[in-house]
Amino acid sequence: MPSACNVGMQDLTPTHAAIVGIGESRLGVVPDRSALQLQSDAANAALHDAGLTLADIDGLITTPVRVASWGMPCGVVASYLGVRPSYLSTLDLAGASGAAMIHHAAMAIAAGQCTTVLCVAGQNLLSNRSRASAVQSMAESGGAHAQFEVPYGPLIPSLYALIAQRHMYEYGTTSEQMAKVAVTMREHASLNPNAHMREPISVETVLASRMITSPLKLLDCALVSDGAAAAIVTGADRARTLRRPPVYLLGQGYGLSHSHVGEYRQLTRSGAVESGRAAFASAGISPADIDVAELYDCFTITVIVELEDLGFCPKGEGGRFVADGHIGLRGSLPTTTHGGLLSAGHPGLGGGFFHVLEAVRQLRGEAGARQVEGAEIALAHGNGGAIAIHCTLILGGPNAREGGRG
Amino acid sequence: MSDERPLPTPDPGTETYWEGTRAHQLRLPHCQDCGQVHFYPRTLCPHCGSARLDWMQGCGRGQVYSFTVVHRPPSSAFKDRVPYVVAIVALEEGPHLMTNIGGCPPDAVCIGMPVEVAWEDIGSAATLPCFVPR
Repeated sequence: MPSACNVGMQDLTPTHAAIVGIGESRLGVVPDRSALQLQSDAANAALHDAGLTLADIDGLITTPVRVASWGMPCGVVASYLGVRPSYLSTLDLAGASGAAMIHHAAMAIAAGQCTTVLCVAGQNLLSNRSRASAVQSMAESGGAHAQFEVPYGPLIPSLYALIAQRHMYEYGTTSEQMAKVAVTMREHASLNPNAHMREPISVETVLASRMITSPLKLLDCALVSDGAAAAIVTGADRARTLRRPPVYLLGQGYGLSHSHVGEYRQLTRSGAVESGRAAFASAGISPADIDVAELYDCFTITVIVELEDLGFCPKGEGGRFVADGHIGLRGSLPTTTHGGLLSAGHPGLGGGFFHVLEAVRQLRGEAGARQVEGAEIALAHGNGGAIAIHCTLILGGPNAREGGRG
Repeated sequence: MSDERPLPTPDPGTETYWEGTRAHQLRLPHCQDCGQVHFYPRTLCPHCGSARLDWMQGCGRGQVYSFTVVHRPPSSAFKDRVPYVVAIVALEEGPHLMTNIGGCPPDAVCIGMPVEVAWEDIGSAATLPCFVPR
């Protein structure tokens, strides 16, 4: 079926990178594990999945954690695991770090610096101290400017509430439409055995949940969770010799619109415009080619803005797109199918990495009850800061090697 | 973690701004090359990269660009203040800044509301520019 099949992807070269193993720790409330134990659990699961051992790992990428001051996180994690890689990096693009780790691994492999990279991130954000402590820590040293914003008392959710309020004003987006994002994420999480929150909720439940920072209510906001995720990246040639179906990195893009929301004059337009455009161009495809979209969902409004800015619907139509059911498992664009940060769990910088892992599961056809039938091309998107920094990945399933669908 | 309200710690690039607020002046960095005013203060103009900056006194007027009413305080330092309004104000000179809106009930605040600067003196520690309806 060449016409529908050839989506214009370039031929994969031996230096093209593939994800060959994925692993998650327990996600949710995990009081019996430290940050390093959670990362170690995830790394072991990913190695087991790939059929590799730590002796095969010659590259390591991780992110900072909020629960400890490690100084040089990549060194701490490598040392804990007992590996001495020829390439190490600590990456911090806030919530976009998960997606960016995969691309940075691919670059390190393409540069010849290493062959097999362990990307791992996560922590005991919930159980290390308390949810209240995590909320305060993020408010005081998260996306808000220490001098010009923090003294006014915004929560991290307040930074997104400012975006939501403006989006409602400019485009008529409603609280009901935002609530539908939370409801859909919970539906997806109910099919994810590792999700933090699996009890179904309704739009009415979301609207009746307590107001945090208007217009965002409790259930418009991401969870605070314990957990870690890991993936193994290697070159395409080696990937084909390993035991799991390879998932190829076909394209990527980055976008930055601002650092602090207070100074940004176009609050409803995010750097996902640039990251998406670059990712689609480098993969040689368009939004219509995406079978499943794992979008970063720190707040309900985030998903609405990303749907628009990545080109899945016209600007301002995100709320309606969600309300019409497009992002559900039976919709035209199944979105964040593991339940996301809103319901599967959010352990800080590692949170967005679970979206990448879910894309891999979907492309392997291993997503169980939440499998999107025939998924061959996935988009995984990370967003960091207050909708400030974006990384978009285009991933292709095992058949992508043959140059497209089918 | 501290229960104290987080206050600005001026640095060499922002001292002039915070000296201004203590004198109840809203000082804004202005580029002598491209003429644009920016905020928050930098050593280079973020619009053209020029280092030829000076300070101008802002008129203190603007409009609410967006706002949120905070009900769940970020820390115990804010617990007696809820509900309070965190807003972004678009200044007449162009730049936007984050602030609080006072002088009216939180539910009276709306996007587009004309506001003017007011001053919240927090002892001798700092003075924060806030905004009230005008």
